[in-house]
Formats: sequence, structure tokens, C-alpha cells
Amino acid sequence: MINLREVTETNNMIARENLDVRTITMGISLLDCIDSDLDKLNKNIYEKIYNSASDLVKTGDEIAREFGIPVVNKRVSVTPIALIGGSACKTKEDFASIAMTLDKVAKEIGVNFIGGYSALVSKHMTKADKLLIDSIPMALAKTERVCSSVNVGSTKTGINMDAVKLLGEIVKEAAEYTKENDSLGCAKLVVLCNAPDDNPFMAGAFLGVTEGDKVINVGVSGPGVVKTALEKVRGENFEVLCETIKKTAFKVTRVGQLVAKEASKMLDVPFGIVDLSLAPTPAIGDSVADILCEMGLEYAGAPGTTAALALLNDQVKKGGVMASSYVGGLSGAFIPVSEDQGMIDAVCANALTLEKLEAMTCVCSVGLDMIAIPGKTKATTISGIIADEMAIGMVNQKTTAVRIIPVIGKDVGDTVEFGGLLGHAPVMAVNEFSCDAFINRGGRIPAPIHSFKN
Amino acid sequence: MKKTIITVVGKDTVGIIAKVCTYLADNGVNILDISQTIVQGFFNMMMVVDTNQSSKEFKALCEDLDKLGEKIGVTIKCQKEEIFDMMHRL
Repeated sequence: MINLREVTETNNMIARENLDVRTITMGISLLDCIDSDLDKLNKNIYEKIYNSASDLVKTGDEIAREFGIPVVNKRVSVTPIALIGGSACKTKEDFASIAMTLDKVAKEIGVNFIGGYSALVSKHMTKADKLLIDSIPMALAKTERVCSSVNVGSTKTGINMDAVKLLGEIVKEAAEYTKENDSLGCAKLVVLCNAPDDNPFMAGAFLGVTEGDKVINVGVSGPGVVKTALEKVRGENFEVLCETIKKTAFKVTRVGQLVAKEASKMLDVPFGIVDLSLAPTPAIGDSVADILCEMGLEYAGAPGTTAALALLNDQVKKGGVMASSYVGGLSGAFIPVSEDQGMIDAVCANALTLEKLEAMTCVCSVGLDMIAIPGKTKATTISGIIADEMAIGMVNQKTTAVRIIPVIGKDVGDTVEFGGLLGHAPVMAVNEFSCDAFINRGGRIPAPIHSFKN
Repeated sequence: MKKTIITVVGKDTVGIIAKVCTYLADNGVNILDISQTIVQGFFNMMMVVDTNQSSKEFKALCEDLDKLGEKIGVTIKCQKEEIFDMMHRL
């Protein structure tokens, strides 16, 4: 039988070390909502989401109470809207009306984010894809809870450089549209390479076309738990360090598995995956950077950071894989800047630069995340940053992403306040040398040679 | 049978166990096991209970125990056993 020591350990993780279930995300396919009449389409979408997920928040809260563990976010992801709106939408405004429907239903059912205002254009763009991407700045400005993502490359297809060029402009435009709020729109827009179909985390969540009608995906998190566990093995060698992370990741992921199964049962929706991630929040003690420091670095960004992050990411996966029957999503360590107090401190201390962050994304779970840059940064420069990050993903066969915020009216040395889970961030310096001629070439970068495995 | 774990943590005073047990008895909750320690003046107790015969719903039990905890100056948590089983048992 369970003993007092084990019960105390679990409850300390929850009470003191910020162990929580970060999100229960219900994926809902909108493929059966498609109609050529825009009003009918919007009505279908509203009804499908409302009828599928009206109990999601209540169920999440009930699970939280039963097991005594916080279930922080309840969210919905849907089929990429470019696929759904193609036949009904003739203008940007038509697409934005779908975003407003998503926002309305998200508020109605009480979820804090809804993801899937997305297009998958890793090779080429359809007319609908292009129209949706063009509508993103307007859609994000007019809505509060809608998240948008665009997949512009993959190991199998290469990188769609036309889309990369366009997205540089779109990111700038989204920043302009929301300049009154520190360009917050960009915090809800992510550009991906090798985007997974079952990601429960925002802003990149959408329900891929390989998925079923409905699915429950769960994201767990516990950077604080890993950090506390590592405090007990200070000075020990790497074997002990890795074993400790692995065991802790196992325990954290087991909670995710339990919650996912329970939510699936209560909502009568199939269980998809557990995303075994270390996802930080701005709360003190909920930081991935603090884990890197606990391993022996003065600040995240110091020499050794990439190695430390690589081993952390790998051990989290090794520990987590056995804890869940299906793992997926982005699984690994996230390194957002504004959402992690330790990262913010590192930037303020000049220990962490954009270039070092880029190197870190080669070994972490995703990419350049929640980074504020000067508002004057050129669109082509943003495209260049995106292209670099996509290339890392394409060549290393991993998911990479860029969620970068050119804050209009702000420059290096200023601070940006996004609020809530999105946190705050110092504006970081960007390499200002031009890449115009490179970005303006247009076309595609072919898939790398190691993608031909047939 | 699904079991529930009740934990009581706080500064040690007279009658903590008595008050919690009285509440459980009054509400048809059967206590299967109790273990308890005091570390540096801090009271730490865990009970394994069966709530299946209780007249109250799980949610109401949790809320009542919350209030009782506030009254006697301790934190009382009521959790389904599975979370501990999942984390600590293969």
C-alpha cells in the first residue's frame, strides 16, 4: 500500500514545486463542417465545437479536485482552418470571420485558447492557404483566444521559402495591428517546421488531418520538480544526474497519463497522447533555465548550456516514454524566454543572446519561442531568422518553431509586458546585417538527402 | 474498491485526529489505515479511507474537510488513491 513518504513526496511536488497538468487539449475535427456558404460554415463550426467541448472545462476541474492536482489550462485544437474555409472564403475578411467564430465559442465554453487558425504549406500554398495567411494579422487583432500557426517546412518536403518570406511580413503586420498592446498578436502566431498533428500546447496546436473526429491530448509539466530533485544530487557525476532526471520525468508523466485516461473516460473521447514536456511559466520555481543553472551553469547561455539542455531533453524523453502508453506532441524541454524567469534573468545579465538560443533549439523540443525583438527589425530579417530555424528542424528531423515578437515602438533595453502565462521579456538584440537578396529569391529549398529513406 | 487518501498537515495541537475521525464517522466514511508522524512540531498524517458508503458526494466531502482544516488550523487534502499509485508503483 502507498505509504506516508510517497504521499508526502507527491503532495510536495504539487504544493511547492509547481507540478501540474499544463493542459488538457481536446482536438476536434472540423472536416465535416465544410460548406461553400460562409454563414452555414460558421454555424457548423460553432455547433461542432460547442457540442463537443462544452463539458471540457467542468471535466478538467473535476479531475483536478479528485486527484488534488491543478489542471491549469483547458483548450481546444481544430483542423487547420485553411482546409476548412477554402470553399467558402473569398476574402481575408471571410477567413477572419471564422477566427471570430472560434473566439466566440472558446469564450462560450470557457477555454483560454483555441488553436488551429493554421495553414500547412511545407511545399506550396493553395489560394486558400495564402488567403488565410494574409488574414492572420487581422484575425489575431480581432480575437483574444485564437492561436495561429503555419507549417512552412518539413524534412520530407524541404522549406517553402515563399511562405517564409511571406511570414516575415505577416509577423511584422501582426505586430503593427496590435501595437497598442506591445504587439501581443505575435505571441499567438507560430511558424513551424515538422509540425506534429497532435500537439496539445499553444500557440502551435492544431488537429492534423491524420487524426480522428475527436481526441484528448494532455501536456504535463514540472520544471520545478526536476530542479528540486537535482538539488539533492549536487556535485554528483553525469550518470547520477541523468538517472535523477529520468526518474523524475517518469513520475511527472505518470500523472499526465492518469489525467489523460480519466478525461478521455469522462468525456467519452478517445485518448491520443501525453506530451511529456518541461514547460515553464513565469512563476518563480517553474523555470527550465533554473534546471540548467542547478546542473552547474551560472546562467542559461553560459558555455555548456547546449550540452546541459541536450541531456535534459533526452532524459526527459527516456523517463517519460515508459510512463505513458502513447507519447507525442512536442515532448521535451521548452525554452521560451518571456515565460521563464530564469531565461529573462539570463538575457538581462547579457548571458543569453538570440544566437545562443538558436544553438539551443538544435537540442530542445521546439525552437525560438516568445522572444521580443526591436520593432524596427526588417521583415526580411525576421524571414531570415525563420529560415535558419526551419533549416535546423528540416536537417535534424525535429520540430522547430519561431514565435518572435517585433515590438513596435520598442528597442533593445526596453521591457515588454504580455501578462499572465505569456509573461514579460526584455527586448533582445538582432543581427542587423542584411539577408534581403537571399530571402527575395523565392521558391523552395529542396528536402535534405537523408529524407530519402524509401 | 477505489480508495481515497486524506492527508492532514499542519502545526500539532490537541485533538486533530479526533476531530477528523469524528467528521468521517458522522458521514459514513470508513477508515482503513492511518499513519502519522510529527517532524519538528509539524503534524503529518495520512489516512486511507473508503468513501463508497458515504452519504456525501466526493466534492462535498472535500469541501467539508477543507473547512474543518481551516477551523483547526491544518491543511486537509482529499485525493483519489490512483494519483499516488500511478506515480509510485509500476
